[in-house]
Amino acid sequence: MKKHSALPHSVSGRKTRHCRCFGYLQRMRNLFTCKKSLSDWRGWVLSICLGATASLAWGQNSPRFQDNMAERTRACTACHGEAGRAGPDGYYPRLAGKPAGYLHNQLRNFAQGRRHYDLMTRLIDPLDDAYLGEMARYFSALELPYPRPTAANAITPERLARGQQLVTRGDATRGLPACTQCHGARLTGVQPNVPGLLGLPLDYLNAQLGAWQTGQRRAHAPDCMAEVVKRIPADDLIAVSSWLARQPLPTDTHPAARPPAGATLPAALRCGSAPELSAAGAAPQHGGQP
Amino acid sequence: MSMAPQTTRQRIALGLISTLLILAAWVVWDNWGRQAPAAPATTTSPSADAAQRIERGQYLARAGNCVGCHTARGGKPMAGGRRIETPFGSVFSTNLTPEPATGLGLWSADDFWQALHLGRAKSGRLLIPAFPYNHTSVISRSDSDDLLAWLQSLPPVQQKAPTHTLVWPVGTQPALAVWRSLFFSPTPFQPDPNQTPQWNRGAYLVQGLGHCAACHSPRNELGASGAVTNLSGGLMPVVNWYAPDLTNDTETGLASTPLAEIVRLLQSGASASAQTSGPMAEVVQHGTRHMNEADLQAVAVYLQSRAQAMTRSPLPTAKAVVTARVAEQGLKVYERHCAQCHDEQGRGATTVSGDVAYPALAGNRAVLLRDPTNLVQTVLYGGYGPVTAGHPRPFGMPPFVLELDDRDIAAVLTHLRTQWGNTAGEVTPLQVNRIRAAGTP
Repeated sequence: MKKHSALPHSVSGRKTRHCRCFGYLQRMRNLFTCKKSLSDWRGWVLSICLGATASLAWGQNSPRFQDNMAERTRACTACHGEAGRAGPDGYYPRLAGKPAGYLHNQLRNFAQGRRHYDLMTRLIDPLDDAYLGEMARYFSALELPYPRPTAANAITPERLARGQQLVTRGDATRGLPACTQCHGARLTGVQPNVPGLLGLPLDYLNAQLGAWQTGQRRAHAPDCMAEVVKRIPADDLIAVSSWLARQPLPTDTHPAARPPAGATLPAALRCGSAPELSAAGAAPQHGGQP
Repeated sequence: MSMAPQTTRQRIALGLISTLLILAAWVVWDNWGRQAPAAPATTTSPSADAAQRIERGQYLARAGNCVGCHTARGGKPMAGGRRIETPFGSVFSTNLTPEPATGLGLWSADDFWQALHLGRAKSGRLLIPAFPYNHTSVISRSDSDDLLAWLQSLPPVQQKAPTHTLVWPVGTQPALAVWRSLFFSPTPFQPDPNQTPQWNRGAYLVQGLGHCAACHSPRNELGASGAVTNLSGGLMPVVNWYAPDLTNDTETGLASTPLAEIVRLLQSGASASAQTSGPMAEVVQHGTRHMNEADLQAVAVYLQSRAQAMTRSPLPTAKAVVTARVAEQGLKVYERHCAQCHDEQGRGATTVSGDVAYPALAGNRAVLLRDPTNLVQTVLYGGYGPVTAGHPRPFGMPPFVLELDDRDIAAVLTHLRTQWGNTAGEVTPLQVNRIRAAGTP
């Protein structure tokens, strides 16, 4: 099949595993191969508009290549899903809409050996901090609907309640702040450096919490998250992740503009990657270093 | 005098023992007896000159990509500790910051010159040739002094390198001594009076600081690379990339590419007809992109002259005979995963400003290399070109290691090596598997 001359409908028969494609081709393919797109009416409208534009462009034999960030981040979206919507298997987390400072710090963490995944490291090693920052801002600005929670692991209601308690109130006896204190009252993260905790698959949450606990995953020093996770026993971690992975997202899924008012973090839990969290009333500032 | 030997057997034994002793004595002299040539040391200069020396030293260190090995991931610059994999185990780079206990804090300019020139530490200990001292022996005394001036201007970092984990006896002093007697002798730079100063500057940089032959020459079973002037290409052990033959125009185009394009490739990581990837992308990122125009011109002139001096008739190209099944599979994979960026006709894609976004595959020298190693690496692990001033926002290739199996990759590589006028050999699933199985070091 000659794709240069292909009409939109002819593309629909071609199936790929991850609905991977780009621009308007991608949207059209998703419509026919991904169920979740069918319920997304905005997607339909967008597709029809794009389709009309593209059909005109096609007639003029316009090149498909576009000089933009979507094109430049194909190496990312190959695993993290179209527009950074997350990979299909739970191991490649969503990138779209996460705070830019957080995404940028994760790229730095891979580049500087605080997080470990060979494929990531190899990809970003030749890139400089400015370009990594641009990629982070690109994904941060993408707006995509979140999937429904799917966690269905066996856990008692008591343990789930314990999870909820830790997330929303912490545990003063262990000096543990509530997750909401840093990750926002809605748990959708806080600009610019703190990620949301909802809409993540249970496997991913468990893998990350486990990696924090063993020191496989780290952040800029002082590493508040490592300190927090190390104070939580393993079965409480499962309770936390199980509760988080069962929560639907609130109507407003955006990260909060600033940390919730009230208590600031104790001195022992300062965050190198999010300095504003331990500075009362301070304006948000970017943490981490190139 | 002692009695004459009685039997033939005794005579042979005595002969063997004396030969061994003489050899051993020679090895000892060869390794520890030599002195670095009495320093044509650059005169110790007034402090006004010191800043210049440091600046020159930094430039030279960048040109030599010293930081590439002597800095650990996320570590302090030049404080060492980076693991370097060799076929004989891992070595860890040394701390070159001016810290007295674990770095070069107590080293004099003579000590440093001895390390570069003779591959011997201040203590007399023989250095492991993962440090390419056959190349650093080319470096002039003046450049050596500048390099040290820069190193000593860095913040001292107390950090001891982890112990090497080499298989016995590799890395022991006697083994190193024998190895060095076999494969190492210092080669101070000898300018060729028949060539221009520019050519000689290029030769000096390529053979010395640039240590190009460390990758671009074949390595033998004992890990020795070719002479510093040998640029005939080689498969890099462990990392599994093929460094092309720089004297062969078919592989690199150095004889026929305009000089400005060679300079552009080293400066920006990409030219109109070539892109750097893998280890060469690192060389551009940490090394050549920092070099000045004059030095890059000199390097280009030297490399081009080396390539032009080697005239050879193009090898007869026999187009691979591919089974219908492989051809069909290759086309299928290409259309599904490659054509969107590289185009159905393998023409690639360029930006509006004319920069290569996705390289053309038709007629691409890297695609046609006899050894398909780099192609397999590229498909397995994808990658970006290096960020440089000329290419601040490169496009990237996704990794396919999790998505395509060995047969798919072999078929698609065979496809693009035999389409659009390309006539290179078939790639087999076994070749793909070998590289996949080696993993990422």
